Parts: sequence; structure tokens; C-alpha cells
Amino acid sequence: MKTKKILALILAAALALSLAACGSAQTSKDKDGLIKVGIVNNPPSESGYRAANVADFEKVFSEANGYKVSTFYSLKNDEQLNAAQQFITDGVDYLLISAAATDGWTNVLENAKKAGVKVFLFDRMMNVDQSLFEAAVISNMEAQGRMAVQWLLDQKLPEYNVVHIQGAMGSDAQIGRTKPLDEQFANGTMKKVVQQTATWDEATAKQIVESVINSGEKFNVIYAENDGMAKGAVAALDEAGITHGKNGDVVIIGFDFNKWALREVLAGNWNLDVQCSPFQAQKIHEMIQTLEKGGQLTEKIVINEERYFDCNTITQADIDKYGIGD
Amino acid sequence: MGSLFKKMARSQLAIPLFALFLLVVFNLIRDPEFFSITIATNNDGNAVLSGNLISILNGASAIAILSIGMTLITSSCKGQDISVAAVAAIAGSVFVSVLRANEITIPVFLLAFLLSCVVSVLFSLFNGVLVAVFKIQPMIATLILFSAGRSIAYWINGGATPTVSSPLLTSIGGFIPGIPIPTPILIMVIFLILITLVLRFTNLGLYTQVVGINEGTAHLNGISPVWIKLIAFIISGVCVATAGCITVCRIGLINHETLLLDAEMDVILAVAIGGNALSGGKFNLYGSVIGAYIIQALTVTLYAMKVPSAAVKAYKAIVIILIVVCSSPVVKDFVVRMYKKMFKKQPEKEVQAKAA
Repeated sequence: MKTKKILALILAAALALSLAACGSAQTSKDKDGLIKVGIVNNPPSESGYRAANVADFEKVFSEANGYKVSTFYSLKNDEQLNAAQQFITDGVDYLLISAAATDGWTNVLENAKKAGVKVFLFDRMMNVDQSLFEAAVISNMEAQGRMAVQWLLDQKLPEYNVVHIQGAMGSDAQIGRTKPLDEQFANGTMKKVVQQTATWDEATAKQIVESVINSGEKFNVIYAENDGMAKGAVAALDEAGITHGKNGDVVIIGFDFNKWALREVLAGNWNLDVQCSPFQAQKIHEMIQTLEKGGQLTEKIVINEERYFDCNTITQADIDKYGIGD
Repeated sequence: MGSLFKKMARSQLAIPLFALFLLVVFNLIRDPEFFSITIATNNDGNAVLSGNLISILNGASAIAILSIGMTLITSSCKGQDISVAAVAAIAGSVFVSVLRANEITIPVFLLAFLLSCVVSVLFSLFNGVLVAVFKIQPMIATLILFSAGRSIAYWINGGATPTVSSPLLTSIGGFIPGIPIPTPILIMVIFLILITLVLRFTNLGLYTQVVGINEGTAHLNGISPVWIKLIAFIISGVCVATAGCITVCRIGLINHETLLLDAEMDVILAVAIGGNALSGGKFNLYGSVIGAYIIQALTVTLYAMKVPSAAVKAYKAIVIILIVVCSSPVVKDFVVRMYKKMFKKQPEKEVQAKAA
């Protein structure tokens, strides 16, 4: 019992000392001249998108670029909050966060501000006052959806009978990519044949399209909210003997820019793929460098530049440059 | 007549069959063409069967195969394996990585499948050892792989969603040229025949139930509960690998996050709808398989009815609550008692009529 108590005391003392050490080292730079950065992100196993996102940050925030990085990955908001608080206690200079959920961050970001830690948000926005972070570099899912819908309108098809396969309901990507299409359904330029969620699952997407085919209803567009679901939808078309893609009966639209998906576009099996860029690290790196040189940031919310490729314009070079995964 | 009804009502298959019957009737009233089957030519130039009935049988095959293993585990271990979908993701990832490393020929395909079976059986045995030897509750023991399985699959895939394409895969996930029935249905039938033969010509079924009902008695009679449980997990491992590989072949892509997403719950549900007690003991495999088809028929019905995305799960839940409540002993006994009351007045007449 006694030894345990002593041990606890020693540990507590060590903790206090290390905290004090951190407190004193809160100048902008570490002893070895490196900028200390704490990154809170979702785990790379979440998706191909996230894997590319994590790899991008590992590449840019390297020792060669003058950073000393600590990372924490979790899908759970409370774990992320604890980790962020820990990074603040550890005395990082910059805190980069892609939040698992949009709420509950105000307290931690206020602590960061008090401790002089500068916060950047990437990939996802959160529900906090804009004064609590330096800048946010995010994707605008709605803009992606608008790009796809605009492209579709530009094709000037005689009629638009759309099978709309949604992602997991309530997710950022689903809400953003559904809205522009819903507007078209509402104003009557496009007809909603089916709108159903496949919760990002390829096999479910295939079943949904199968059920539309079985019902005998006519459709000429499949708008799938990610690449995997588009692939599942196409598998159902292939089994039913319906042509798709360039010169096919059904227009196929996917999202996310997986390399394999772009290859489908290049081969003319799909018509369009819209980017969801996981590359935010370079922009944040540039902004940190500006701050370090004593400059001011001009933008609070930076929207990732995103693009699309259709089967008429895509080249192999585009796939190599912009595709994610392999 | 009365005794036949009583027997039917008490039979384990009564409720699942009745539920399936109701679903069929409901769909026929809603759309008489619902179950019509047509012959189409697919993009590979083969004549194939298509229609909602085919979609249901085809779509349920993975869940049905998984439910075979789950039934055995449920019966012998008095609990469920909630890691089946996650282990299927691992098996699928192994399958894809072998295929991607080689040119896809029939021997390579068989090797890939065999390897994924081995991996899946090993993971399943890990669960089995925790449950059978260390006597940890199945749900707790399998919780480990439930949470870690998809991360392991991620690690095998290198974080991406690798694709594979080959006519061979299309013929497993879709149609074999010249055969108009989807291959997953055929695989399911083969599985069902195999397991029927095993149960008929070995004592596995009996021993499994004995272990589930009373482990001590089983032990005293020279049946090793540990081995029986491990065998259940081994069979489940093979089922899991098969389900994983079929799903990969369907789409030609492995997504460790969404492969058979939430399938463990559907499988457990299939076992429950099939009238099997989730607390172990007596089981009926065909009940579980029918349960799997009920779930799929329900899903296809909801799609056909164009139920809004956000409401699909709620509708599914309502129907399932109804099925589960109807098959509860309380309701069953009530129905039998009501039936007796209604027909008690004229038993003699019935006898006379029969004699005449």
C-alpha cells in the first residue's frame, strides 16, 4: 500500500515537472528549431479518402519541412477532444483538427486560445465561433454536387430520369451531394425515379438498381454519391444487359476520384467523376509559414479547389496526378 | 385437423414460413407482376434470369450462408459471434490481395479462396478458443474482432479499396456462361446440401444440441464440449470466407469498411426469426436460412415500395418486431388456446363426420 502511494506521488511530481517544462518551452519554436504541430484526425482506415488525407499530412508535415509532429487518430469525438486537450497541455504551436463530429469543441478551442495555440481546421467544419481558429481548409460537398448537376444539365439530354443512390444518411457528403439534385427534382427539370440510401455500400447499391430494373421503370441517369456505389450500380446494369457510359443508355456519375474509378471514366464505362480532394496539407503549410514570418492570413474559410473529369476529356495523366489509391 | 394445427403452431418453422407467406401475398396484392421472372441478355451476352424473386434469392445468399455457421455457434455456445462481418472483410481482403498479386487463373482463384478460408478459420478459431476454452461469453469474446477486424482488413489492403476484375470473378459473383441462375444462389444450395448431409450422416447436430442444452451431461456422456464448440467455429469460419469472397466477386472491389456492413446483426436476426432460441440448445438450420430470405424479401419490398431512405430502417424494425413478438411462446400459446376454445364445442361432430 505504502509503496503504491509513494509511486503515485513520484508520478504526480514527474507529471507536474513535465507540465512546467512544457509551460516554459512555449516559445514559438522547439529547441531544435522545429515547429511543434499536433494533428487530430480520423483514422486512415476510415476510407480510401482518409488514407490519402493522412498520407498527405505525413508527407507535408515532415521534419524536412521543419515540423515536429504528434498525431492522434480516432472516429470518436470525445477521444479526439481529450487528445486535442493533451496536445494543448503538451504545448504545441499549432493544432490541426479534422473533427469526428461538429459539436462540443468550443471549450477545447478556448483553452487553445488561452494557451496561445493556433488552431487550423481541415476537411470538416465545426460549430464554433470563427474567432477560435485561424483558418479552415475544407471541401464543399454541395459545390461538388452542383458541379455534377451542372455537368448533367449541360449534356442536354432529352429527359432526365434519375436513380439517386445516397450515402449514409446525415453524413456531410450525403447532405451536400443530395441537395443540388433535390433542387432539380423540386423544380421539375429532372425526374426522381428512385432515391434510396445504400449507406456507402457497393452491394446495397447493386440491389437498389436491381429493384429499379425489376420494376420496369425507365431511367437514364445513375447519380451515386461515391465511387463504390457507382460500381455496384454498374454491376447491376451489366447483369441486366443495359448499356452505360459513353454512348450507352445510362449516364453514370460517381464521386471521390479513386484511381480505379477514373480508369472506368477513361474507358468510357462511366461518364463523370467528381473530385473530393483529400489534399489540404500544402495549403495549411503555406498559411503556417505566413504566420511564422509574422504575416496575416487573408481568408478564414478556404474551400478546396475541386474538379471533375468526364469521359470525353479525361487523360491518363489526369488519373496519375489527381487519383487517390491505386 | 385440430392436432395438425397445433403441431403446425408449435413447429419452429411455422412463424417464419407464415411471415414469408404474408410477405409474398402482400407483394402479389401490391403488384401482381412482382414475382415474375424474365429472361434477359446481360452485357457479356449470356441469357440470364432476372426479376425480384431472383434478386431476393441472390441478395440473401451471403446472409443465408453466414446464418448456417451462426446457428451452430448459437446452439452450442449459447451466444452469438458478432465478428462474422468483420472477419469476412479480412477474408475478402486476403482473397483480393492474392488475386492482385497473380494473374487470375482457375488455380490462382482456388488458391486465393483456400487461403482466405484458412485465414478466416484461424480468426474464427481465435474466437472459438476464447469461448470454448477460456469460457468467455461469446459476445464479449467476439467483440475483440468485431472492433479490430476491419482495421486488420485495412492493413491488408494498404488503406485503399483495391479492385479486381476478371471474367472468372464475374462468373462467381454473377453468372457462369450458359447457366441462367446467379452463381451465389447455386453456392448457397451446395452449402445447404453439404450441411444437410453432415447433419444426417454424423452426430454433429445431436452433439451440438446436447452441448447447448447441458454441457455437464454432454461431458459425462463422452462428448467434449470444447471440441463441439470449436467445430462450430471452424464451420462458421468457412461460411464467413465464402460469404466474403462472394461479396467481393459481385462488385469486383473490396471495401473493408462497407463489406457486409451490419451483416452480423442481420445474421443473428435470421437465426432468431428462424425460431431458434438465442440462448442455445435446440436448433433448426432451415429456419435460419428462411429467416435470411425473409430479411432480404423485406428489404427488396421496401425498395420496390420506394420507402424514403431515412425511413427504411424504421419500417424494417416494425416488421421484425411483429415477427419476433408473434413467435414468442406467450403469443403462440395464446393462439393455440384460442383455437381450442373456438373448436371445442363440436369435437364429436367432427369425429362423426370423419368416420362417415
